[in-house]
Amino acid sequence: MAKQAMLLQGNQACAFGALAAGVRFFAGYPITPSTEIAEILAQELPKVNGRFIQMEDEIASMGAVLGASLANVKAITATSGPGFSLKQELIGYASMAQIPSVIINVQRVGPSTGMATSPAQGDVMQARWGTHGDHTIIALSPASVLECYTLMIDAVNMAEKYRTPVIFLMDEVIGHMREDVRLPEDEELTIVNRKVITNSDQLPYKSEADGVAPMSIFGEGHYFHVTGLSHDETGFPQNGGDVVKANIDWLNEKIDRNLDDIIRYEAIDCQDADYIIIAYGGTSRSALQAKILLEKQNIRCGFLCLKTIWPFPYEAVKTICQHAKMVVFPEMNCGQLVGEVRKILPDKVVPFNRYDGQLMLPEEIAAVVENAVKEGK
Amino acid sequence: MRDELKPYFRENRLPHIWCPGCGHGIIMGALARAMAKMDIDKKNTAVISGIGCSSRATGYLDFDTLHTAHGRALAFATGYKMVKPESKVIVLTGDGDCTAIGGNHLIHVARRNIDLTTIVFNNNIYGMTGGQYSPLTPNGSKATTSPYGNLERNFDLVQLAKGAGATFIARSTVYHVNQLTDLIIKGINHKGFSLIEVVTQCPTNYGRKNKMGSPAQMMLWQKEHAVTKAQADKMTAEELKDKFIVGLLHQEEAPEYTEQYAKMVANLMGGDDK
Ligand SMILES: Cc1ncc(C[n+]2csc(CCOP(=O)(O)OP(=O)(O)O)c2C)c(N)n1
Ligand code: SF4
Repeated sequence: MAKQAMLLQGNQACAFGALAAGVRFFAGYPITPSTEIAEILAQELPKVNGRFIQMEDEIASMGAVLGASLANVKAITATSGPGFSLKQELIGYASMAQIPSVIINVQRVGPSTGMATSPAQGDVMQARWGTHGDHTIIALSPASVLECYTLMIDAVNMAEKYRTPVIFLMDEVIGHMREDVRLPEDEELTIVNRKVITNSDQLPYKSEADGVAPMSIFGEGHYFHVTGLSHDETGFPQNGGDVVKANIDWLNEKIDRNLDDIIRYEAIDCQDADYIIIAYGGTSRSALQAKILLEKQNIRCGFLCLKTIWPFPYEAVKTICQHAKMVVFPEMNCGQLVGEVRKILPDKVVPFNRYDGQLMLPEEIAAVVENAVKEGK
Repeated sequence: MRDELKPYFRENRLPHIWCPGCGHGIIMGALARAMAKMDIDKKNTAVISGIGCSSRATGYLDFDTLHTAHGRALAFATGYKMVKPESKVIVLTGDGDCTAIGGNHLIHVARRNIDLTTIVFNNNIYGMTGGQYSPLTPNGSKATTSPYGNLERNFDLVQLAKGAGATFIARSTVYHVNQLTDLIIKGINHKGFSLIEVVTQCPTNYGRKNKMGSPAQMMLWQKEHAVTKAQADKMTAEELKDKFIVGLLHQEEAPEYTEQYAKMVANLMGGDDK
């Protein structure tokens, strides 16, 4: 069962997905091509007892999101490249203090102001390593308008479940694309809420069996301390080497040991394909078309669409692609995520890149495979 | 520690990290006394700080406490207050934290008139990083980054807050601790954005460099240079040159943002106001 079909834009679906996931706070600063998300939430949040605020900049927006989340309200922000850069310090704060939050980045061409209304995928490594220090991160990248909705719900759920910032990495193509979609009924959705502390004797930063600590919620009379300084199980600052290391290990492990739950991808016809195209976000549309073009020429080509890009799905990519002769990885950047594939399939992977703000054409991706076939590779 | 103050401190987190003679502890003490006097609802109060020596105070106070990032206390506090409009939120911040890196948040939170009580620990210097000049370091003063005397002009924080729309503005010193306690109570009771600037001493990184003597002498300096509004009105510009005015300097009624927002929500949801 699904709702009535409707024509939606990616940014709209993303905002609706957030609402469906239970998001009740948004703070942001206008920036193309993400602004529609803020505009829709400014309209919709107050109708459901939520709160919207347009802050003075992106740093402030990220701070406000974390402040709201500490009161047990699901909170998100949306931005694009320049604003994503500004948010980085506080994304690290969210990671260190383990505050659930979702940061939507509708990527545009950079560096700097770049091109505001042209698509790019240049922030992939920034999503992974943008904030300073050792940490891990979850980054999801939707490939359709429907996924802007469904994957957004996953993003909010994962932020809650693992008490972590989650990056929702869109791009201008996905954000502004319009498609006819049937959204799932609310009853079909799984909504996750964070575990919370129920009495003051519990330690606010003590991991439970699932690798996650229940969260201390402000306003409940527990009087816990939250800090971005290295801290121990009590949440208070601690500089001891053992404590510091254990904390960083924990931040990584709570994600790394739940890869089965976090990693999402779609593999089409990869099983006995000689060639496989891997893609994510906006390029996956052209990649799928390229696969179809190749099939028409009787070239067996698979398509692997990554939805979770961080943590990178090394195991899945390796298992799915290792039999192929060649793996093509188109990206709208100079080659970022392809580096991860190189780590596991160094002899097979071939990058294909466009970074001129133009959409990637199916024909040009298909041509990479066609040439290889001609050359007998 | 006096018994009536004990409920407000995490005694197991003391002693504090501040240098001997630092004024920051006196401000924290004044805040605790103010809370005791007004019998503050602890459960309904959050204390939020930035980064700096001053901002470490949150670790010692037995409340829901949030030690944020440098300059960002007011941003975090804004988000928190938006979703918890019924709560009392107290923000503790340093002069650098509040007026340099956090200056943008300060003017906008004042403009929005969000009900936060902000106490600025003004020691005229970046204490924690070892004595670099801040926007409140007086012109001519020495700091490690102004070894020949500060060429920059300093903010008048009261004027800055006023221009930005703060609806409660006060100034005091750690020497005038009773006045300070009283102003904190008034600030917390005020509905809207309150800013309380507290002149305090950093003997380690400001006093020493500027030959201001012992911590006690620095506090005497505060006594000698603070004048009330009434006194100031009778003084010439020349006499006022090295003085600063203390007391409740501005208070006005204005709509409070989070309350306005909550009303809008009630309207849209067909609540009481319909
Ligand atoms: C983004 C960032 N920049 C710089 C610093 C380094 N830093 C820590 S505290 C501080 C200044 C604190 O001065 P102030 O706010 O006046 O407080 P005080 O220590 O004097 O009480 C600075 C610059 C930091 N922690 N974060
Ligand atoms: S450095 Fe200055 S502000 Fe910091 S604790 Fe010492 S005296 Fe206080």
